[in-house]
Amino acid sequence: MGLDKFQIAKRIARELKDGYYVNLGIGIPTLVANYIPEGVNVVLQSENGLLGMGPFPYENEVDPDMINAGKQTITTLPGSSIFSSSDSFAMIRGGHVDLTILGAMEVSENGDIANWKIPGKMVKGMGGAMDLVASTDNIIVAMMHTNKEGESKLLPQCELPLTGKNCITKVVTDLGYFEIIDGAFHLKELAPGVTVEEVKAKTAGKLVVEEGVKEMVF
Amino acid sequence: MAINKVVSGADEAVKDIPDNAVLMLGGFGLCGIPENCITALIKKGVTGLTCISNNAGVDEFGIGLMLKTRQVKKMISSYVGENAEFERQLLSGELEVELIPQGTLAERVRAGGAGIPLFATPTGFGTEVAEGKDTIEVEGKMYVMEKWLKADFAIVKAWKGDTMGNLIYRGTARNFNPMMATAGKITIAEVEELVEPGELDPNQIHTPGIFVQRIFQGNNYEKRIEQRTVRK
Repeated sequence: MGLDKFQIAKRIARELKDGYYVNLGIGIPTLVANYIPEGVNVVLQSENGLLGMGPFPYENEVDPDMINAGKQTITTLPGSSIFSSSDSFAMIRGGHVDLTILGAMEVSENGDIANWKIPGKMVKGMGGAMDLVASTDNIIVAMMHTNKEGESKLLPQCELPLTGKNCITKVVTDLGYFEIIDGAFHLKELAPGVTVEEVKAKTAGKLVVEEGVKEMVF
Repeated sequence: MAINKVVSGADEAVKDIPDNAVLMLGGFGLCGIPENCITALIKKGVTGLTCISNNAGVDEFGIGLMLKTRQVKKMISSYVGENAEFERQLLSGELEVELIPQGTLAERVRAGGAGIPLFATPTGFGTEVAEGKDTIEVEGKMYVMEKWLKADFAIVKAWKGDTMGNLIYRGTARNFNPMMATAGKITIAEVEELVEPGELDPNQIHTPGIFVQRIFQGNNYEKRIEQRTVRK
């Protein structure tokens, strides 16, 4: 069993704190916006130059001059601001963005992340991912625990070209919530219906099972 | 008499861009791209271009059209995922590509316009982006030294401009345009609405006219949308 991508997003949303400025990557991270807890006000940053990203437009509101970093049409909200790419990355590199949530192909036990390139196969580019992971201590990776071949994505060392080094501390997968501490994945919470044995079997990197590890409640 | 930088249109604006020129083209995806100048460059048939632009357009629009006509020798971008022809030319070795993290690209262009030849950034440290580059430790953290980027011609798209070259952008069509406007030996601005000096509020100007050498009012803007996403 384990979590589906909506539940992964829902679990991550619990890490949002009132007043946070947050950058959400493409894929599962985008879904986090749907589960922002009641009473928590956050401002979403889109690195192409928008703070205060609103919902998708209604058909009659579509504006080609208003897109997000995934090139989707988007709206503003009261209090939004628009700026250049260099101002946007000043916010990111300058540590003004409180939390970054992004996907990954691989994460290593020392906090390295790979998510931009498969040599000889995928040559799309890193976009803003390298800037985002180099710039804040508060990054959450949202991903499935294993790849399509069933191989662990939590590894002793990344095999793909790195996006960033020693920068990831939290990972939420379909199997659980992990923190990277002193070169190991610490299992903090188990997904409902998942056993410690299953996590052990599917984690190639060093795994520490914390005593009395709890099951996530939804 | 006020300074007047107006040219008749895109054809005149790009007429002296030679083969093998280094160009910057504003825009993020297809948002805020200089559509008229891209069309004029294709018509002119100039080749061997190096294009610095965050993305490479799509197969049927934007810089993608110039890739199709084989006018581009090298792309310097951060993300090029939406273009099958691009990927084909890259994998076959016909096209040279330099992929740069988006924030580093923005800052390298900004530095080029601001006269800062080198700067240190945390981005890419420990990755292949840092290979062959100097690194420096500052207050216990490692940074990669990155160099400015400049262009023979910077081509930007704005919403409104005046005949002195002052520019205002609209929405997220701003993106890379303001920095690129500062980093061209010659900066060409195409605008949706060209007005007389005094008609734009000086408090609202994004790009001061000093950075712009040529300006014209474009026409027939398509403003294609890559991912039309709506709610019901």
